[in-house]
Amino acid sequence: MDDAATVSTPTPAVEQAAPLLRLSAVVKTFPGVRALDGVDLDVAAGEVHCLLGQNGAGKSTLIKVLAGVHRPDAGDIVWDGQPVTFPSPQASMRAGIATIYQELDLVDDLTVAENVFLGHEPRTAGFVHRGPGARRTREILAQLGHPEIPPGRLVGKLPAAAKQVVSMGRALSRRARLLVMDEPSAVLAHDEVANLFRVIRGLTAGGIAVVYISHRLEEIREIGDRVTVLKDGRTSAANLPAATTSTRELVGYMTGRSIEYVFPPRPPAPPVPQRPTEPTVSQGSVAAPVAPLLEVSGLGRSGEFADVSLTVHSGEIVGIAGLVGSGRSELLETVYGARRAHSGSVRLDGRVLRPGSVRAAVRAGIGMAPEERKSQALLLGEPVYRNVTLATFGRLARAGFTDAARERAEAARVTGELRLVPADVRRPVRTLSGGNQQKVVLARWLLRGGCAGTRLLLLDEPTRGVDVGARAELYGVIRRLADDGVGVLLVSSEVPEVLGLADRVLVMREGRVIHEAAASDLDEHAVLDLVMAGSLLSGAQAEGDLS
Amino acid sequence: MIDVASPAAASAKRAGWWRGDGSEPVRRNLGLVGVLVLLYLVGALARPDIFLHGGRLWSNELTVLTQASSIGVITIGMTFVMISGGIDLSVGALLALASVWSTTVATQSYGPGVMILAALLVGAGSGLVNGILIAYGRMVPFIATLATMVAARGLAQKISGKLTQIVKVTSFNRIAEWRPLGIPLLVIIFVVVAVLAWVLLNRTTFGRRTVAIGGNAEAARLAGINIRRHTLLVYTLSGLCCGIAAVMVTAQATAGSSDHGNLYELNAIAAAIIGGTALTGGRGTIVGSVLGVLVFTQIYNLFIVKNLQTEYQQIAQGVIIVAAVLIQQFRVAALRRPVPPGA
Ligand SMILES: Nc1ncnc2c1ncn2[C@@H]1O[C@H](COP(=O)(O)OP(=O)(O)OP(=O)(O)O)[C@@H](O)[C@H]1O
Ligand SMILES: [Mg+2]
Repeated sequence: MDDAATVSTPTPAVEQAAPLLRLSAVVKTFPGVRALDGVDLDVAAGEVHCLLGQNGAGKSTLIKVLAGVHRPDAGDIVWDGQPVTFPSPQASMRAGIATIYQELDLVDDLTVAENVFLGHEPRTAGFVHRGPGARRTREILAQLGHPEIPPGRLVGKLPAAAKQVVSMGRALSRRARLLVMDEPSAVLAHDEVANLFRVIRGLTAGGIAVVYISHRLEEIREIGDRVTVLKDGRTSAANLPAATTSTRELVGYMTGRSIEYVFPPRPPAPPVPQRPTEPTVSQGSVAAPVAPLLEVSGLGRSGEFADVSLTVHSGEIVGIAGLVGSGRSELLETVYGARRAHSGSVRLDGRVLRPGSVRAAVRAGIGMAPEERKSQALLLGEPVYRNVTLATFGRLARAGFTDAARERAEAARVTGELRLVPADVRRPVRTLSGGNQQKVVLARWLLRGGCAGTRLLLLDEPTRGVDVGARAELYGVIRRLADDGVGVLLVSSEVPEVLGLADRVLVMREGRVIHEAAASDLDEHAVLDLVMAGSLLSGAQAEGDLS
Repeated sequence: MIDVASPAAASAKRAGWWRGDGSEPVRRNLGLVGVLVLLYLVGALARPDIFLHGGRLWSNELTVLTQASSIGVITIGMTFVMISGGIDLSVGALLALASVWSTTVATQSYGPGVMILAALLVGAGSGLVNGILIAYGRMVPFIATLATMVAARGLAQKISGKLTQIVKVTSFNRIAEWRPLGIPLLVIIFVVVAVLAWVLLNRTTFGRRTVAIGGNAEAARLAGINIRRHTLLVYTLSGLCCGIAAVMVTAQATAGSSDHGNLYELNAIAAAIIGGTALTGGRGTIVGSVLGVLVFTQIYNLFIVKNLQTEYQQIAQGVIIVAAVLIQQFRVAALRRPVPPGA
């Protein structure tokens, strides 16, 4: 293990040339929060520089300072040897910095191509050329491994992962010298991340520098050259070699403690996975104890998924693995009633749920944490506690009168378990970091589990943007819910998460469930093989469609 | 060892005590109170004989409040609609329709109780129609209420034959004359409606749903809130407010007319915006809207006490609306824009 004292000094070995970008002692204060409290960062041309740090450490704030969104209170920015200030996003873009923000900033009512070239449309005398824009967009999307996204489609109609690809396309469409990516992989599945890395390698080979933020350490090892770690708004370690610094060491710099990336143990006797242990009972009588909590049969929506049948038992965590676009999120939303099924049925406790009615699902005790927190889950201007109680304030109310004190207390309890930072539940959600906003989304349904009987929880990418430490807490909370008898149906792009947390795993490909097994019988390779076979197929098909 | 204290967390805790649930609106409302004070100062300069004389000032202010009362009630309904993310252009026309309906010879023959009931029912019923068009017909609120605005005004003209309908039921007209404890009943109605609306918005599930729908309709839907039913209720509430205001205006004028409530939609929207209600939904306060109405009426009053022509008043009205919208936009921009260094 390295000597800690030497680490915070830059390691000259990696890059000798003058850095492309140097930030020193950058300070940024928001009302009540010192988001940046003296941050230093060096980025050299042609490198992938990773930023690590817990939720709320200040990573996004730092890159917004770079992007000209926030003005720093103090500190210097040296760009290409010149001291500079970026008073506006345009100034930063003109200097050659392109930024992919953590929260998607696409215009839903514009097309893919229009979004990609928003602000720098190819034009003469104010008239936009549609043709070249669409052609360039198609090229960029192909470069990103997504030739199937139509440049003319409205962005609002795309799934979350495709939106992420479009926002990457937007950054690539500018000839930037520094590309800043704030958790670009949070919604991407395994193969998409591989695509992304291929693109990044292509860029860095051409001398472009990349600042890469992610909570997934394995990604940082794969793509990163150097790592800078932020903790509570300060640089706690700079320019560590990405490949060789141990995880323990990195986590130590991030948290000041050492947390293992752990999943809670499954209950010794697996709770109810398929209930194979008591076959005589289950076959002998059709009686209640073995009846599944959730029973989905033959569910389908044309163009999204077809003929999906699955069960979730009370106390069981069922994971769904699959590529983005394999219909996982659509399936979850259909079970929840947010989309109306074209065929098949959803039963909870044997009772058929009214199709296409979220209210029926919620009343029956189903909760869903959707994929996209900003557009599907949060009231950004409202305080944390009101977001947490959005699905429960009616139950916490007395005769139509809301009980704010009780809501605050309940919200504080759950968000405390998830280690929300800052802990004040009266802050507007807008002012929280991305990972902490995600905790608010989850808290909504965990709260409901605690106080108003959620029977079934549908989680779509629950740990999107949540840091390593908080993730462990979150896994623990989910497992405890299951132990209390709640059924959980989990969609995640991270295969280890599905395998580690779930009791039983379904693999989806092109809208169909192609495999089902106990999590303990699968390993990452097996799942990836199943999933990838699908990706090759769908890629070929997409190309076929185009020609 | 590298970093022990956590300054961010510590300062967050410190900031908690003054940052209540709504420090931003509170600050804005204090600003509006400041504007009102400023208007009194302008009044004191323009007409010292009124504004520096206790008794006359009191009676002038009661006039202002009385003028503010009917538009105030409408603005409160509008505030709910706007917070829910909609807009109601039909309020003035609904007021006229309710006023005319409640003052037909037939209705008057049943006495004041039925007249009031008729106004409230017509208002709420028309609001319900708006709600059905928007929530279940999936029409854009702007278009739906634009249509009902034209239709309701037309219907009012049809019913009244474009004639003023004198109210012969004197007990009805006393609504505008009665002054318990020296305070006009109209003002008391305004205050009561405002208080009830405050409770409804801030303390009930109805209010919470309204904010949720306007703040993020998709999130509200996925949390299990019945958006359509709630939208329907919000527009019905706005219509009911029009009915209440119709009673007030009719009693004041001692006549029903299809011309009542002219341009009320504009004034109500402007007052709500001055009060900090967001055109995009999800944000707004009752206190702000009440203050917005008072600012609006007080400016209007200054024109009257200076005996300026109505043309000037209308021009000023337009200027105020533009100013209000501009101020709102600056506020939104200021919220989005980062604080400049050193601020
Ligand atoms: N506009 C704002 N107003 C007030 N506080 C803010 C604002 N933006 C960020 N903060 C605070 O600044 C701190 C740093 O936030 P930041 O978004 O930079 O974290 P992060 O490192 O990107 O975290 P994550 O991994 O969760 O995305 C947090 O405590 C956050 O609550
Ligand atoms: Mg962030």
